[in-house]
Amino acid sequence: MGLLDKEFSDGNIVIAKVDDLFNWARLSSVWQLGFGLACCAIEMMATSMSHYDFDRFGVIPRNTPRQADAIIISGTVTLKMALRIKRLYEQMPEPKYIISMGSCANCGGPYWEHGYHVLKGIDRVIPVDVYVPGCPPRPEALLEGLLKLQEKIRNESLRKKSA
Amino acid sequence: MKSAEEIFEILKTEFGDSILVLDKDTPTEPIISVDPLQIHRVSKFLREHPDLQFDNLMCLSGVDDANGNKVTNADGDELIEGGTLSVYYNLHSVSLKHKISLKVSTSRTDPKVESVENIWKSANWHEREAFDLLGIFFLNHPDLRRILMPYDWDEFTTEVSRHPLRKDYKNPEFYQGMKVPY
Amino acid sequence: MALKTEHMVLNMGPQHPSTHGVLRLELEIEGELVNKVTPHLGYLHRCFEKHAEAMQYNQVVPYTDRLDYLAAIGNNFGYALAVEKLLGIEVPERVEYIRVIMAELQRIASHLVAIGSNGADIGALTPFLYLFRDREHILSIIEETCGARMLYNYIWIGGLSHDIHPDFVRKTKEFCNYFKPTIVELDNLLSYNKIFIERTANIGVLPVDTAINFGSSGPTLRGSGIKFDLRSDDPYSIYDRFDFEIPVGKGLMGTVGDCWDRYYVRIREMEQSLRIIEQAIDHIPDGDVQSAIPKRIKPPKGTVYRRVENPRGELGYFIISDGTVNPFRVKVRAPSFVNLEVLGELCKGYLVADVIAILGSIDIVLGEVDR
Repeated sequence: MGLLDKEFSDGNIVIAKVDDLFNWARLSSVWQLGFGLACCAIEMMATSMSHYDFDRFGVIPRNTPRQADAIIISGTVTLKMALRIKRLYEQMPEPKYIISMGSCANCGGPYWEHGYHVLKGIDRVIPVDVYVPGCPPRPEALLEGLLKLQEKIRNESLRKKSA
Repeated sequence: MKSAEEIFEILKTEFGDSILVLDKDTPTEPIISVDPLQIHRVSKFLREHPDLQFDNLMCLSGVDDANGNKVTNADGDELIEGGTLSVYYNLHSVSLKHKISLKVSTSRTDPKVESVENIWKSANWHEREAFDLLGIFFLNHPDLRRILMPYDWDEFTTEVSRHPLRKDYKNPEFYQGMKVPY
Repeated sequence: MALKTEHMVLNMGPQHPSTHGVLRLELEIEGELVNKVTPHLGYLHRCFEKHAEAMQYNQVVPYTDRLDYLAAIGNNFGYALAVEKLLGIEVPERVEYIRVIMAELQRIASHLVAIGSNGADIGALTPFLYLFRDREHILSIIEETCGARMLYNYIWIGGLSHDIHPDFVRKTKEFCNYFKPTIVELDNLLSYNKIFIERTANIGVLPVDTAINFGSSGPTLRGSGIKFDLRSDDPYSIYDRFDFEIPVGKGLMGTVGDCWDRYYVRIREMEQSLRIIEQAIDHIPDGDVQSAIPKRIKPPKGTVYRRVENPRGELGYFIISDGTVNPFRVKVRAPSFVNLEVLGELCKGYLVADVIAILGSIDIVLGEVDR
């Protein structure tokens, strides 16, 4: 019933590479750790709400890093908080992805010059996959960041380990 | 509702020399200067006197006056020696609707001010913040430790990097393996 | 033989779904009963005061946005008023009216998030979605005016950054008509819901004397029954021309000063904000919003303390000027910083789940707690 049985005119058999199948499964349900630090967190919440809807991409917030695929680092990372983020990153199981949202997480943001307690970019502590610029980035920008992450996942391979 | 001069007169008759001066040169609000070790008695009087009744401490701010001599030390840093650190108190009365500002100045090398925490409980965290960011000691404070900076900031910093809001502050190079400057 | 018992220390760490940001609470519990709560701050300390000393007066305005990022117009407003008092300039009438309308729209938007997250922490996830949908309407009105959805840099010293667009009056009136039935819908969804009342009535009772001694302000203070609102007791801008009421907590569902009262004050405040907007929207005079902006801001030596009524309480700016183009010291008296101190007093003797309800009703934003 519905669309799927009209898709395949020659029986319900689909042939694909295992790589493609795994990548498609992984990119369609990137479960993120619900982790908001500062102003960008409000834009991330607005993206998950009904107007811009993150859920249609399969992105649900989870409460613990041990069940999450991705962290969206949204907001300024301070020196005090950076150690805790490193610990959260180490608690996540592979494969894991990091989206750095906002200028503060990319490079220190507006606090780069005189911020004595601001870490100038989260990539000094953990490896980042996608950078989303903006202060704060619009929800559409965050959705594009997610699409870029999905492209990156689509090109992964089970044989070769990604960085 | 009392004006600043009337409040100054009441305080002057009660405390005499501990109340130093009423500074009316500032264009926007007059400030009464008080001796740093008498501020507790003055605050208690301000809260309990029936004509004054200042039961709300709006704001307590530490300030680095930067009025000492600029010295260059061996590493080439510009430090400030001597001079004062000040604490400003902004008080307000909910029932009588008047406001007043007080100021306390202490020396930069050995800053000690009496705590007003048991008069207005809101001073608790404000004084911890002034201690954390400027290094002002508050005597008789129940729990004086750092509040905004990490608790182990002292282990990774030298004397010139301990208290960030001082005017001669310099960034430490590394904190727990993370590079601090840009 | 008597058993030896100990209190357990439980850490509600910086990463937690319900702590409204990066706040660490150390709970000393005995089973589920909480004996002592110690908040640990500083996880979002972004050195605002050091930046303010290094920038010029008008370059500080975008940094003030990021203090209380849910009510950014109020932050800009307070800073602009403080510096205008130092400089001694008067702004045109048109600017005053637009500032008041924007501030009240922002108050509604901020209370929507506060109520939504309060409900979401307790478990009511539906109102969260409804309220964010309504917030998008307000954000689109403000975005058409100044270009930004959340951190506006709109109220400059001496005026505004952009004038209102031609559709502003019509869209704001449409929004007011749209929003009135939404408050009724929200009342039906959440306020008189039996589960919500069980979770929040008689929890976290704050007596009036404790509230004033701890320096609380805003809905936290008004929930305890005392009518103190800076817009009418210490009026700034043109608030004395408008007619509005000040809702206080009356203990309708339990004791005066409990969590339900603080929530109730916020809902009624949104209604009063709509009233102010309706009184102001038809009387905006003509003029140039940028005529009073000074070319070079160099105030005389002096100090000023100016406070405004932000949605979370009394936001105060204490500015010391030494006659140059950079401020000498800017100290922000943040309402959430002061309101959070009272958490230790409120949580004694309640359960761990009640701590979440109390924290949600005090309504903090970590950006201004840590600055």
